[in-house]
Amino acid sequence: MANLESKTPSGPLAGKWEKHKTEIKLVNPANKRKYEVIVVGAGLAGSSCAATLAELGYRVKNFVFHDSPRRAHSIAAQGGINAAKNYQNDGDSVHRLFYDTLKGGDYRARESNVHRLAEVSVNIIDQCAAQGVPFAREYGGLLANRSFGGAQVSRTFYARGQTGQQLLLGAYSALSRMIGQGGVELHANSEMLDVVIVDGHAKGIIVRDLITGAITRHSADAVVLATGGYGNVFNLSTYARGSNATAIWRAYKRGACLANPCYTQIHPTCIPVSGDYQSKLTLMSESLRNDGRIWVPKKKEDAKKAPASIPEADRDYYLERIYPSFGNLAPRDVASRAAMRMCDEGRGVGETGLGVYLDFADAIKRLGEPAVRERYGNLFDIYHEITAENAYQNPMRIFPAVHYTMGGLWVDYNLMSNVPGLFVLGEANFSDHGANRLGASALMQGLADGYFVIPYTIGDYLAGQKPVARTAAEGTAFKAAEDNVRAMTQRLLASKGKEPVSHFHKRLGKIMWDHCGMARNRAGLEAALQKIPALREEFWANVKVPGSADTLNQSLEQAGRVADFLELGELLCRDALTREESCGGHFREEYQYPDGECKRDDQNFAHVAAWEYQGEGKTPLRNTEALNYEFTKMSVRSYK
Amino acid sequence: MVANNSTKNFSVTLRVWRQAGPDQPGRFVDYPATNLNPNMSFLEMLDVVNDELTVKGEEPIAFAHDCREGICGTCSCTINGKPHGPGKGVATCQVYLRSFKDGDTIVVEPFRARAFPLVKDLITDREAFDKIQQAGGFISVRTGAAQDANAIPVPKEDADLAMDAAACIGCGACVAACKNASAMLFVAAKVSHLGLMPQGQPERDKRVLAMVQTMDEAGFGNCTNQYECSAVCPKLISHDFIARMNRDYIGALFRSKFKPVSHASGGAG
Ligand SMILES: Cc1cc2nc3c(=O)[nH]c(=O)nc-3n(C[C@H](O)[C@H](O)[C@H](O)COP(=O)(O)OP(=O)(O)OC[C@H]3O[C@@H](n4cnc5c(N)ncnc54)[C@H](O)[C@@H]3O)c2cc1C
Ligand code: FES
Repeated sequence: MANLESKTPSGPLAGKWEKHKTEIKLVNPANKRKYEVIVVGAGLAGSSCAATLAELGYRVKNFVFHDSPRRAHSIAAQGGINAAKNYQNDGDSVHRLFYDTLKGGDYRARESNVHRLAEVSVNIIDQCAAQGVPFAREYGGLLANRSFGGAQVSRTFYARGQTGQQLLLGAYSALSRMIGQGGVELHANSEMLDVVIVDGHAKGIIVRDLITGAITRHSADAVVLATGGYGNVFNLSTYARGSNATAIWRAYKRGACLANPCYTQIHPTCIPVSGDYQSKLTLMSESLRNDGRIWVPKKKEDAKKAPASIPEADRDYYLERIYPSFGNLAPRDVASRAAMRMCDEGRGVGETGLGVYLDFADAIKRLGEPAVRERYGNLFDIYHEITAENAYQNPMRIFPAVHYTMGGLWVDYNLMSNVPGLFVLGEANFSDHGANRLGASALMQGLADGYFVIPYTIGDYLAGQKPVARTAAEGTAFKAAEDNVRAMTQRLLASKGKEPVSHFHKRLGKIMWDHCGMARNRAGLEAALQKIPALREEFWANVKVPGSADTLNQSLEQAGRVADFLELGELLCRDALTREESCGGHFREEYQYPDGECKRDDQNFAHVAAWEYQGEGKTPLRNTEALNYEFTKMSVRSYK
Repeated sequence: MVANNSTKNFSVTLRVWRQAGPDQPGRFVDYPATNLNPNMSFLEMLDVVNDELTVKGEEPIAFAHDCREGICGTCSCTINGKPHGPGKGVATCQVYLRSFKDGDTIVVEPFRARAFPLVKDLITDREAFDKIQQAGGFISVRTGAAQDANAIPVPKEDADLAMDAAACIGCGACVAACKNASAMLFVAAKVSHLGLMPQGQPERDKRVLAMVQTMDEAGFGNCTNQYECSAVCPKLISHDFIARMNRDYIGALFRSKFKPVSHASGGAG
């Protein structure tokens, strides 16, 4: 039974974080340089963390599998980042951002964490502006905002359609500064393949150099994982091709609990699939829903007609119809399922019938094409490149796609997992978004964790630790972990099979999408729990991994990641099966209201499910952490 | 821009640079790519070819890629002699097969430059870019030390121009396209982005001097104003930023007590 004590501070909600900061232990400035911290990942969460810890004086080693920290998947975020600045004077506040995020997550996140996130959101914008992030501005020179799904205020800051890029480059510049000064030792092209646990504490990692194949041991006083989400378990997604779950999965197999893996987010506005060669799905930022109107034909017969030939009266602007107060800005899960329902009714558009229109004709009439181009030009360009269609003249076709994972390694209020010394930040943890994440909140969370939370909370752990001797990597735990990594590499290369790794990834993705995608049910999940282990067996018997272990070998990299997805996928389905309710991104067909909305079960499921590994072939243990809402009433989430 | 290809299924020959490692000899090898669909991306075609090679027991072609939407700067192929291929304002991952015709031979090479040593096949090492950033591509502000974000208004035109420069994805196509393998557009983009923001003023001189010096030390060539760089840039970053950086550089040299290495002025020319 894992220890899932949340360590949430007592006292009034708005004062918890301040109180906590004054109560936790500190490491004095002169002692900080005696401690070494490993940070895996340099997305928004990892680079902000590595830079800030180094500024404080800790010795930081930063590992990324990318060839440069600047290439982390955070770079691809388009739309924006939320903060409760209330610069628009439209009634925003820390409390409102807290409330929107909690409600958006369908009351499945910890109140205390979400409130802290809303509190530090304002500092993030200050920090990024000071770094020179070129946020969008009004003519007077002040910061501009837009609105995003699930909110009735304009609190999203953005940098054209490239907000993630600009925020990441800001964090990367801070990280680069610390690398230049010697505070951070960067290991690029370095993939973490195991966590080393010494006497119950995380004290190091095992790494494969992706260029030379060398496997090395690295010791530290604490290990921080900021390795991103696991959405590529579905194969097709809006994630970068290289995004993977290996770091968190191997940590899980060393005892860290994996919380709520079934909470996955399907984004409503992506470019539809065009063929089976497809390698990824491209997101069209949700910000488009500020000015675009979503519709399908009212009549099935019209689905294949040219959109321009369908008169206004025959169009169904279904989000505006069903959710009048939020309209096209209904939260992602709600909007995605509505699109799916339209397609199920046979009213989906495009060649495959799996698409809905996102139409800018009204916006162009109202604002003029130049204004629309100014706001969304790069997104229209992306759409054109991929589809060869002009969205200024014809509506875009969009369809939901896997986009984000709210689940992740379980962490306490200090962002420490149940394994002491192992911290988890950003999308890799489960902490702040409950069962559904609102738009523009992931960037906020990644930077909150890295810039403003971990710099305080890691001290509380380290203060109780003696700095490890540099020879720690000689110990038996390190040797065992290294042997484990080598054995897995050998096993993959030794397989005498015939099929490339990608075939297995595609097949896993299809099982996941069909049975554990937008809508789930018992029979489907039980079927998936049969199919995935069978596919896994086939993988090990029939995969073909060419090349050797001691050079750059992309097939080998991919094989290791897919092997992990083949295990994680099963846990995801198991979690979805045991959560007998619908909430946020987890929709169980058995649990819905007559109008198709999620039916939560607060009596039985107002808890976090944190899965604990029990060994190969054994059913993992489902631990729970109760969600006790002291300050907010868990109400039925309604966007009508 | 789109050579519209009406054949649903067409074939091309890929002439690909294969090189097992930096010290191994390299050569072009031809591979047939068949059953292609014009809506397929160039990299998806490489995926399919690689799967076929794997099944045949040959080593697949190593190529760099990640986001596949033109923002991470990882992909880096020179296609038919042009970094990132035939399109304008796109990265390799945004090239679609509708730009090619049935029967074409497509030559695929890595981004070649002295400062980007070859790793394997189509992959080169662009760490030199990180080194330039580490030398000065930042504003020194400790976490937590910032004032309210609206305390310093930034004129919209300046912020927009800074954003034009900041859009750089660090792919290195500018270097690969330049006959001198110069990194001026890359460095100018960063220097201009930060130099256009009020927050970037205190370190403006120091930044440009340090970044140019590091660029020169990394083995990039001089700029002789050919502007091949901005022509292939996937974000169409303007070479005007190079002129802007040159002005900054000369001014900074003038004002500086800092002694640059002797060949640095050549690099900024
Ligand atoms: C297309 C797209 C658009 C989005 N738009 C928005 C938006 O507008 N607003 C918003 O708030 N959110 C958005 N998101 C979500 C958001 O971008 C991500 O959730 C967030 O950036 C994740 O950041 P991260 O730091 O946790 O991880 P990542 O940025 O994914 O970084 C992971 C890091 O870990 C490293 N790594 C991983 N595994 C290993 C390993 N085993 N060994 C070594 N290194 C490893 C990688 O090299 C990388 O550096 C978007 C997501 C997508 C897919
Ligand atoms: S793969 Fe990211 S820019 Fe091409």
